[in-house]
Amino acid sequence: MSVKLVNISKVFKDSKNARGEVVAVSDFNLEIEEGEMVTLLGPSGCGKTTTLRIVSGFETPTTGEVWISGENVTEVPPNKRDTSMVFQSYAIFPHLSVGHNIGFGLELKGWKPERIREEVLKIMEIMNLTEMYDRRPDQLSGGQQQRVALARAIINKPSVLLFDEPLSNLDAKLREQMRIEIRRIQQAFKITSIYVTHDQAEAMTVSDRIVVMNDGKVMQVGTPFEIYMKPANWFVADFIGRVNFIGGKAVGVSKKAITVDYGHTRKDITSWSGEISEGDEVLTVIRPESLKLSSTTGKDSWLFTGRVSKTVYLGPTAEYEIEVEGLERPIEAVVYNPAEVGFFERGESVSVDFNPKTAHLLKKES
Amino acid sequence: MEKAESDTIREIKQITKDPLLLIVILVIMAALIIFILYPLIRVILVSVLPEGKFTLSVLKETVSSWYLRQAFLNSVMMGSLTAFFGALVGFIFAFTITRTNIPLKKFFHLIAIIPIVSPPFIGALSIIMLFGNNGFITWTLLGLKNVKIYGFRGLLFAQVITFFPVAYITLRGVLESISPTLEDAALDLGGSGWKVFSRVTLPLAIPGIASAMLVLFVETLADFGNPLILAGSQFPILSVQAYLQITGMYDLPKGAALAFILLVPSITVFFLQKYWVSRKQYITITGKPTQSNPKIVSPVVKWILFVICLFIALLILLIYITILWGAFAKVWGSDNSLTLAHFRYVFGVGFKAVKDTLIIAGLSTPVAGILGMVIAFLIVRKKFPGKQFMEISSLLSFAVPGTVIGIGYILAFNSRPFLLTGTLLILLLNFIFRYIPVGIQSGTAILRQVDPSIEEAAVDLGADSNKTFRKITLPLMVPAFFSGLIYSFVRAMTAISAAIFLVSTSWNLMTVQIMSEVESGRLGAAASFSVILVLIILVAILLIRKLLSLRYGKLGGTVLKI
Ligand SMILES: Nc1ncnc2c1ncn2[C@@H]1O[C@H](COP(=O)(O)OP(=O)(O)OP(=O)(O)O)[C@@H](O)[C@H]1O
Ligand SMILES: [Mg+2]
Repeated sequence: MSVKLVNISKVFKDSKNARGEVVAVSDFNLEIEEGEMVTLLGPSGCGKTTTLRIVSGFETPTTGEVWISGENVTEVPPNKRDTSMVFQSYAIFPHLSVGHNIGFGLELKGWKPERIREEVLKIMEIMNLTEMYDRRPDQLSGGQQQRVALARAIINKPSVLLFDEPLSNLDAKLREQMRIEIRRIQQAFKITSIYVTHDQAEAMTVSDRIVVMNDGKVMQVGTPFEIYMKPANWFVADFIGRVNFIGGKAVGVSKKAITVDYGHTRKDITSWSGEISEGDEVLTVIRPESLKLSSTTGKDSWLFTGRVSKTVYLGPTAEYEIEVEGLERPIEAVVYNPAEVGFFERGESVSVDFNPKTAHLLKKES
Repeated sequence: MEKAESDTIREIKQITKDPLLLIVILVIMAALIIFILYPLIRVILVSVLPEGKFTLSVLKETVSSWYLRQAFLNSVMMGSLTAFFGALVGFIFAFTITRTNIPLKKFFHLIAIIPIVSPPFIGALSIIMLFGNNGFITWTLLGLKNVKIYGFRGLLFAQVITFFPVAYITLRGVLESISPTLEDAALDLGGSGWKVFSRVTLPLAIPGIASAMLVLFVETLADFGNPLILAGSQFPILSVQAYLQITGMYDLPKGAALAFILLVPSITVFFLQKYWVSRKQYITITGKPTQSNPKIVSPVVKWILFVICLFIALLILLIYITILWGAFAKVWGSDNSLTLAHFRYVFGVGFKAVKDTLIIAGLSTPVAGILGMVIAFLIVRKKFPGKQFMEISSLLSFAVPGTVIGIGYILAFNSRPFLLTGTLLILLLNFIFRYIPVGIQSGTAILRQVDPSIEEAAVDLGADSNKTFRKITLPLMVPAFFSGLIYSFVRAMTAISAAIFLVSTSWNLMTVQIMSEVESGRLGAAASFSVILVLIILVAILLIRKLLSLRYGKLGGTVLKI
């Protein structure tokens, strides 16, 4: 029950666009293993929904093929595909009771009413929906509607489960609960799933692997750790979380590490993307929480020194912006447990350093 | 260009995967072409190709006749004036009901609805009975002879009374959709009631008013019943002249030429309304209409508006009471004592017309309703080549005056392969294709509100397009379906302009029968036929609503709140 997308492209006609067309997805390749949950993550309009609709069959790709469980289903209409979708708007049938909504797929398969009822009640139990069989959909809360939509999709035991921003209509707290819930159910049933979101934390929570998209193209595919710590390019590094890019020059290249000269100091960095050779200008990707701040007095092994220009105290963390001479953007740093580490005042001068293990190199694009 | 072609091909490929859908689309297309477009084409062809050769001589001859030119000008003038006064009265009603807290609102609303559910020539009939030669007011009360009620003034009055309810319904919707919070905001900023009305309410309603006026113009231009009774020979009206050319002079080409001339302004204004003015409408609220707490009208203005509404309401009431009384009066005007003779006549000699009308309306209405829903579904939800064509041609019969369609039908279906004249079928087909737009409009309106992903969810769960339509789409369209049904039933029961060309000795209609009673001076019979007709319509509406609320509970009960 794996899913394979081969060279998928989708071009829409669009009269409002100057060129008359929109490339929603371009040259998209992805293989999803059985039972795996993959998230499509990217800015608005990057083609996530379109990709999902191509898998479910609601859109036919302009070029390319869709394979599900080793079968080419590119030309198979959506009602004949073994996929189930959880819609952003839930798409609960307003004229049917909760029970009938959930049992709709089984009814279509021609199951007997008693068996459908039994099965529906079983799944309602798992989804914390007991006692709601006869309710009308408009008598449910947002979270309950969401669970009904999920139950309706899961009851058919589809080979592939598709989610299009299923939590975006919920409030923040419920969203956090539900994403854990979704992950729990997906793992319990071991259903191959594709999940669309533009919420990075959601993507991190629910997925085995994340596909970062931009402008219809795949930017990177990887585990949440890889996406965050080893971004393949500038876009991914910048899109996921907050980041500092620190310029430097590769002065020594070996199989294991690249030595980067930062002016005041050199470091051996063991993680990088693409081809980097000696003499290349490189960017070092460092997350704000990987930076170490300390007072300048009596130290000389720092990356650079600067002046604190902004401080934000959040309780568990303190966030700083540090202006460094010669750098365009101020450095962002996050300090955990600030009570232990100590506070810095605005205007104070600090030295900034990092552990090479927490950094990642990209070749600087000119 | 190449791109567009491949898209069309892709769309075609998509449909062929769903054979049922393909067949439905093809059948509907063919039907629209044969029963809507072909008759119109025949009208145009006959007026420019009378002997198989292209010539403008018939058209020229028609235009050069002073009398017929006058008919055109009269029609356009009558249309414009009715549009203006009808929209004015409609706006006063709508504004008073939505923006003041006067008493008798329900009563005013009901009164304004009655003309919509009754035959359009009731106004004319009643005016004759009140102000005509034997008129109750002119003769019985005032003893006047030779009062000139035929012609311009009488007709304008009848048309305004007949058509202002259409404006009222539209404008009420418009005013309700202008959020009272906007007016509150303006008042809050220090505007006086009049300032707020003229700077906020009125400008926001302008597109709606324009739209209502255009609709009224088209409907008046197309109207046939009132002018046939009231226009008289001094004040020729285009639709009546076209009819007289054909039934009186047997001059088909000239009748067709007049129909053609009538078609041009109707179609132009219709598309102006549909594709231009209606696009300009503002939507200031979404969701439920906010309960307005009317504040912008001062007490003096409020009571002035109340008096105006009351006056008009009483006029309408007078019209209907006159008809009712006329139905029971021995000889209207000279002996107004009561009798059941006219009803005996209707249920005896005249009963065939009643039966025929019921059969025709009863058969054509559900077919038109379902067809309308299917077309609405295709237009809103499916992609296929020719979709635009389907939408425009199916809505065309709204724009085309009944007279033109009637002439088109006798031209198109009096020879093989479509030899239909004089049959039940021609009346049924005519009614079905004339009244599908009603269903299409309410269907598309409701479908546009239904999130497409609800249907996609059904498909996703394994339903094919047939099952999705039956199990999901159709139930969601039930309210639209039934309000379309009621409306097309009313139209079918009260239709005259096209039908008058298509009736025969074997299939007659009540409306046509009423006309011939009026023509032969039997006003009592005409009145009692009218009373029966209105009663049938009211019973049918109540019945449908009752059934619906039994079957669908709250959902059904909200259907057509008239
Ligand atoms: N039916 C369509 N016709 C024309 N253009 C379309 C259509 N559907 C999507 N597009 C365009 O394709 C691009 C990708 O759209 P898509 O809905 O896949 O984005 P998305 O990543 O899901 O965005 P969001 O996060 O806002 O939901 C957009 O530029 C969109 O305008
Ligand atoms: Mg989307």
